Order: sequence, then structure tokens, then C-alpha cells
Amino acid sequence: MTKNIINFIVTILLAALLSLFLPWWSVMTAALTTSICIPLKKVAVFFVPFFSILIFWATYCFMLSSANDFTLAKKISQLLQLGGNPYILILFTGILGGLAAGVIAVFGKQIVIFSRSK
Amino acid sequence: MKYIKLLTSFIFSVGIFYVLNTKLSEAPPLGKFLNPSSGIWQNETDESITGEISITGLTDKVIVHYDEYMIPHVFAQNEQDLYKAQGYLTAKHRLWQLEFQTYAAAGRLSEIFGERALNYDRTERRRGMGYGAEQAIAYMKKYDPETLSFIQDYADGVNAYIDQLNPDDYPVEYKLLDYKPEAWSPKKTALLLMYMTKMLAGYEDDLEYTNVLRLVGKENFDLLFPDFFDITDPVIPKDTDWSFIDVPQTKLPDSQVVLDTISVTIEKPHPDNGSNNWAVSGEKSVTGNPILANDPHLSLNLPSIWFVMQLSSPNHNVFGATIPGALGVISGFNQHIAWGETNATRDVIDWYKIEFNDNRTQYKYDNQWKEVSIRVEDIKIKGQENYKDSVLYTHHGPVVYDKNFKSENQKSGYAMRWIAHDGGNNQKTFIQLNKAKNYNDYVSALQYWNAPAQNFVFASTEGDIALWIQGKFANKWEGQGKFLMDGSEPENDWQSYIPQKFNAHTKNPDRGFVSSANQHPVDENYPYYIFNDGYETYRNRVINEFFNSKDKFSVQDFKDLHNNNLNLKAKELVPYMLQHMDTSSLSTEEKEIYREIQAWSFNNDIDEVGPSIWRQWYGKLYSMLWDEFEAQDMALTSPYTYQTIYLLKNHGNHEFMDIVETKGKTETAKDLFLLAFKKACQSLKEIKEQEGNYTWSNYKGTYAGHLLQGLPAFSRFDIPIGGDRNIVNATSEDHGPSWRMIVEMTSPPTALGIYPGGQSGNPGSQYYDNFINDWAAGKYYSLNFLPSNEVTNTVIGTQTLTPASND
Repeated sequence: MTKNIINFIVTILLAALLSLFLPWWSVMTAALTTSICIPLKKVAVFFVPFFSILIFWATYCFMLSSANDFTLAKKISQLLQLGGNPYILILFTGILGGLAAGVIAVFGKQIVIFSRSK
Repeated sequence: MKYIKLLTSFIFSVGIFYVLNTKLSEAPPLGKFLNPSSGIWQNETDESITGEISITGLTDKVIVHYDEYMIPHVFAQNEQDLYKAQGYLTAKHRLWQLEFQTYAAAGRLSEIFGERALNYDRTERRRGMGYGAEQAIAYMKKYDPETLSFIQDYADGVNAYIDQLNPDDYPVEYKLLDYKPEAWSPKKTALLLMYMTKMLAGYEDDLEYTNVLRLVGKENFDLLFPDFFDITDPVIPKDTDWSFIDVPQTKLPDSQVVLDTISVTIEKPHPDNGSNNWAVSGEKSVTGNPILANDPHLSLNLPSIWFVMQLSSPNHNVFGATIPGALGVISGFNQHIAWGETNATRDVIDWYKIEFNDNRTQYKYDNQWKEVSIRVEDIKIKGQENYKDSVLYTHHGPVVYDKNFKSENQKSGYAMRWIAHDGGNNQKTFIQLNKAKNYNDYVSALQYWNAPAQNFVFASTEGDIALWIQGKFANKWEGQGKFLMDGSEPENDWQSYIPQKFNAHTKNPDRGFVSSANQHPVDENYPYYIFNDGYETYRNRVINEFFNSKDKFSVQDFKDLHNNNLNLKAKELVPYMLQHMDTSSLSTEEKEIYREIQAWSFNNDIDEVGPSIWRQWYGKLYSMLWDEFEAQDMALTSPYTYQTIYLLKNHGNHEFMDIVETKGKTETAKDLFLLAFKKACQSLKEIKEQEGNYTWSNYKGTYAGHLLQGLPAFSRFDIPIGGDRNIVNATSEDHGPSWRMIVEMTSPPTALGIYPGGQSGNPGSQYYDNFINDWAAGKYYSLNFLPSNEVTNTVIGTQTLTPASND
């Protein structure tokens, strides 16, 4: 349980740090790193980094967008055919980031398993 | 098993990376596009308008005050810095538009959109857009390095902004289309000016007319497309004395029209592009000060075509609408004068048939063979190999149509003669107008203006009003350039130009006002040959009648006139149709609509139904009347509104009234009125069923579309504004007064202005479209013309641009 929380927090912190230097895939880099350094078990392998990045991105988006009355988020939500609802766009963004993080964390886990079994 | 799991999870990881990082068909690369640290969420903000910014290349501090409309008031210590700051600030607020317009001008859209833009790009290149821009730069290099150096300053300013941008800061459109800004150059300014020339004075129907002439014969052609209508209310008043002109019109040669069949022609600018401007003298003004107004009617786009600025140096102080990419103010005022433009309806493009030798290296001219020069247009296409298009150039200009483009003739083609290819120094006109102090300065600034031909209205604090029709005009022989000409006959070339001082103009006319609205420039007495397609005949008469209707006018009168919705063409035809139409066969529903239009007072106000009925009725009538021109296998054009209405009323039994399809029956105008009315009623019924009603605002649904093919999310729809084409408030579905300005020549001038958009190009900014509602309601903003860089209570933020130190 504690490992899950540690992984969750470290993934967010690392992703936030890396996003200062790297493009969007900083979240993938962060999730890969924590999945190797703080390996998790079973569904947590995917879901911890997934929620970690989802919450990071969604919160960040909300902070930026709410400060500007969601002006652009409404338009982009319409553009991407999400009904013009900014909250759906925020959630959608979070899920995308989460998915990328979760998927690569599964790969990280496989690296750990693979290297241990050698 | 381990291997498989490792490999599968690896493939998934790569897969999701690829999907989120790559632009797939229309969708942006979603990971790049949506991530909060560098994606569109970074654009969810207004622009910064405070602090200090250091800029390379500045020689001194530049103070920029912003007012509540986000209008920058720029105070520079010298002119070089001023244009650097203009470039910098334009890029800051409008970077994507600034660059996109020049991509469009240069025929480079395939670089952004891929192959689907190739046909557009080829058209623009064959039109010689790039060639014309290069000619302009070459001309300036040779004759006017000063202007070119200002253009370089502007470029430096734009580049200073681009250089300090991170990918996080790119405007939304770059992120959406997944590309990045490139460096700005003087050639891009020249391309922008070519773009304006094309848009404003690039309309002509010479090749269509050639087809029509062959189809209907000369007598009918002259009836349908006369040089002058039965009424003219020209830009330059009728009683003007031309006796000072001592250079005669070119003598008519024994020239024959080339009656070719042309199947398709290249895309033309929108016919709704037009404008109004007018000025009243001090004697005709309530306050004793001249008052001037301008409203250019252009495509209603977001970001708006205009960007309003105040530009000040120690030597001048000017305010008004700028166009991203061009230097200085285009329509505006300074402490001494005000000016504005409308399109001058002059034919500045002609077409020549070219005959080539067998291997297309030479063409026939004056019974000899002349060398063709080849310009290879190398068109980059996103995701594909480049497309190379060899365009042949003759002394006339580029051979736009040949066997490689819209034509099948192996050994001939059509070359375009366009004044915009001649090079010139149009930018200098604006730079000088910005600094002009009086009538003489204004006239001297205009002499550099070649194209697009414009009606420049003028008023000064000294009390003068004036209007010059300025451009570089060929001195044509009677009828020259109306149709396709034989390019091998020297007599068909443009023989000379009308000396600039003989361009039609008027200064302080007796009637106490000047005005223009894209109508005939002059009447028959002007000693040079004038012909153009599509003379306005309604707005001009409403405007002139208004100014003849009383002795004194106020700023309020000017506002009322800008917002005047009188539909004169309906007023001139509807009563006649109602009177002459046989109503006995009308159904109850049709009678109801009949009563509705009968009750209409011919104003295109938003709540009226009359304008919608008129649109439907006249639209159906027009296509029934000109059904002869619907032949599919060639490019044709049908007569303009004024002549159509004239023919309906005066030649109601002419053979053209007959509907070709109905064999054995000969329709007259009266029959068409009824048939068209019934068809219109049917359409109106359908609209009512679908939309609930057909009030004018609902029917018209005016919108301001985003420059990127009207991307709905970044556009504004259903803007409640009246008017229509041929109405002083010329707002149709997607065209209209793109900038409304009224300037009273107090000392310093007091001015009002508004445009349908906002100062910001960022769809995430509240300043993106914040003027639209007030614009639609006919409101204006008072323009804060700051006398100096002192902060006043109208300033909401100040940004200082400082020279970057060299270390």
C-alpha cells in the first residue's frame, strides 16, 4: 500500500520536474522511471501511474483554464467534438496522459521482471 | 512468455507514443496538443501588457501603452524603432495570421495542408504572386532603399518576437496543424501587399466576356454589359472640368477580338469586397470641422484583417487600422489629416492569347519569334515530394493557362497582363500618408501608389476635403482589355500610362462633400477609356442622396449612414413586380407572403421578413432570367444587378426573358415575376418549417469565420446585424464593414472606430472577438488619440521595449 502511495507521489513530482525540460512525453519518462525504481504489483502497475498523471494533468489544466474562465477550453472541446464542455476536455486530457503513463509503466514492470529472471 | 510480455508491452508503449505524438489526418497530435505544460492550455490566457522586454536591434526605449480595447499606443524615439516595434507587436498579437496570410499569398499552403492545397498554390503561383513580390523588392532596392530599410526594420521586429518564443508559446493554430513559425522577411511584406492587390483589384471577367460575346453577339453583349448604365452617379462629380488634360486617349487600332472558347478560369476574389468612404467640408458640417468616414467591406474573419494601433515618433503621431504584414496605418488619421480607401473600379488585368513554337521556347510577336522565359515554381507539399510547375513568362506576363493548367491547347496559352507585376513602391504611400500634414503631402504620398487602384478620401484640419482615384492605369484604346486580345499584335499591348496628375480627382467640390462606394469612377466626359466589371450602383446613390438632402451633417449622421439598411435595388424593383405580376393564381400561403413583402418598407433590418422574401424572389428570378448562361462547358458570367433590373423593367419582352427549358412557350418578364415568386414561396415555406421563421437575421445568419477554413470552434455565428450587399451597411453572410471609422477634423482630430473582431489573435483571449456585439449593434469606440507618452486614465497597462545589450 505504501509503495503505491510513494510511486504515486514520486511519479507526479518527477513528471512535473521533467515537464520543465521535456515535451509532453515527460510523463512517459517519469512513469517508466518510477515503474522500474519503485516496482508495483498487479493492477497497481498500470493504475497508480495512470491516476497519478491523470490527476497531475487534470489539475494543471484546471488551474490554467479556470484562471481564464475556460475561454479556450470550451472552444477546443468543441473542436475535438467533446460538446464544448471544458470539464470533459480536462478529463480527456488527463486520461490521455494517464494512459500513456500507465502503458509505459507496464513495460517498465516487464523490464524489471525480465532483468530479475536472468 | 517473458519475451512476449516484454515485447507486447514495448509495442504498446511505442504505439501510444506514436499516436499521441503524430498528426493523424485532420486531428492534431493529441499528446503534444493537449498536454498542459506545452499544449493549448498554455494559450489559455490574455496577453501580457506590462513589464519590460528587451529586444535586439532597438536603438532606444519604446513605450507601449494599452487601453481597455487592447489597442497599443506606441511611442518610439525614431522611425526605425517605430517599425521594429510595429513588427514586434503585430507578431505578439497576431503571429499566426501574419504568417498564414503570406503563405496563402505565396501559394505555399500545401506545406501546411498537404496535397489538397496544391491546386490553390499552383493558381497563386501562375498568377505571379511571388514574381510580383520580387519585382516590388527589386524596385525598392533600386529606387527606394529607405522604404526597404523600414520594411527590414519591421521584419527585425517580427523576428525578435519569433526568436524569443518557446514552442509552449506558439499560437494555437500552429499546435493544431503541427508546424512552427519561420523567420519573417521583407519579401513577406511584399507578398502581403500582392495579396491585398489581388483581393481588392484582382476581379475581372475578360475571359468570361469573351465567351459571352461569342455566344450572344456584340449587340446583345453591349445591352447586357454596357460601358455606362442609364444612370451614373460617379465618384468624381459629373460637372468636373477635365480641360486641363492634354494627353489624348490611345488611338483605336484595327484590332480583332480573339473569340476562343475558354472552359474554366482561375478563382477570383469575392465580388462582395468593396467599401464606402466619404467626407464633408467644414461648411457642410454642424461643428464647422470637416468629418471623414471609411468602411472597407471585406471578408468577416477571425482573427480580423485589421489591427488597430497608434504609432508615434518624434516627427509624427498616427492612429488607425493596420494590416498585419504592412507598415504604418492603412486607414486612419494623424494630428493634421485623415484618410481612407475604397476600391477603385478600374480594369488593371488584361489577357493575351499566346502562340508558341513547337517546343514552346518561343512565342509569336510582331511577325517574329520572341523568347519565352521560364520560372520554375517549386511547391513543397507536406508529406510528399515537391511539385515543380514551370510557368512560361512572356513580355505580357505569366502564361497562366496552358497545356499544363486548365487548358488543353498544346501550342497556345493565355498570358496575364497585371499592373501588380510591374514592381513599385506602394508601401511608401502609407509611410508618407502617416506623416502627411496637408493636401499637398497627401497628393505627394499618392504618386507612389500603383496597385490596387483605390479611391483615397482625404480631410484635413486646415479644412480641405479631397478624393483621388489612384493607381497606375494604362492609357487604353476604346474597348481595350474588355476581351481576350491577340498577344502577337503590338498594337494590343498597353501603349502608355495615364500620367499620374491626370488621374481623376476632386478637391473641395462645390457640393461640399466627396464620396466613393465602388461605383463608376467618372462619367463619359473623362477623356480616357474606362471599363470595369461590377460597378456598384446602389450604395453610392444612397450616400450621395443623403448628403444632398440637407445642409449640415454631424457625427451622428455619419453613424446613421454607416448603419443605413435601405435596400435601394428592392425599392426599385419590388413595386414594379407587385404591380405587374398576375396574382390570380396565388394560394392562400403565397398571398400571405405577398402581403408581407407588400408591407415592407425596404429596410434590411434584422427583424424584417421582407429582406428574406426579396433575396429569395430576386435570386430565383435572376437564375431564371439568365438561364442562357448556365452552359456547363465554358466559363460564363451573367449581368450585374443594376442592368438586370433595368432590363426587367425596360425590355420585358426581350428574348433573354424566355426560359430556354420550356419549349414552345415564350416567357416574358411578367411571367418570370410570378414563376420566381412561387418558387421563392416554396423555399421560404421550407425555411420556416426547418428554422421556425425567416426574419432577416435568422435567414442571413451573418458569421465571422476563422481564417482556417472557417473552423467553427474559433468562429462566431448568427451575429445579429442587418444590411446586405449593395446596401450602405454592406453586411452579407460573410462580408461586411470590416472597419468602421469616423474622424472629425478638430485639432487634434477626434475619432470613432470599431471592427468585427478583437485585437488578439488568440482564441483563448477575451480580446479575440470582444468587439463583435457592439459592432453588430452599430456602436463605436472613441479612439484614445494620446498626444504624448504620458500615462492617462485610459491606459490599463504599459510595456516598455528596451534595446537588448550586446553582452
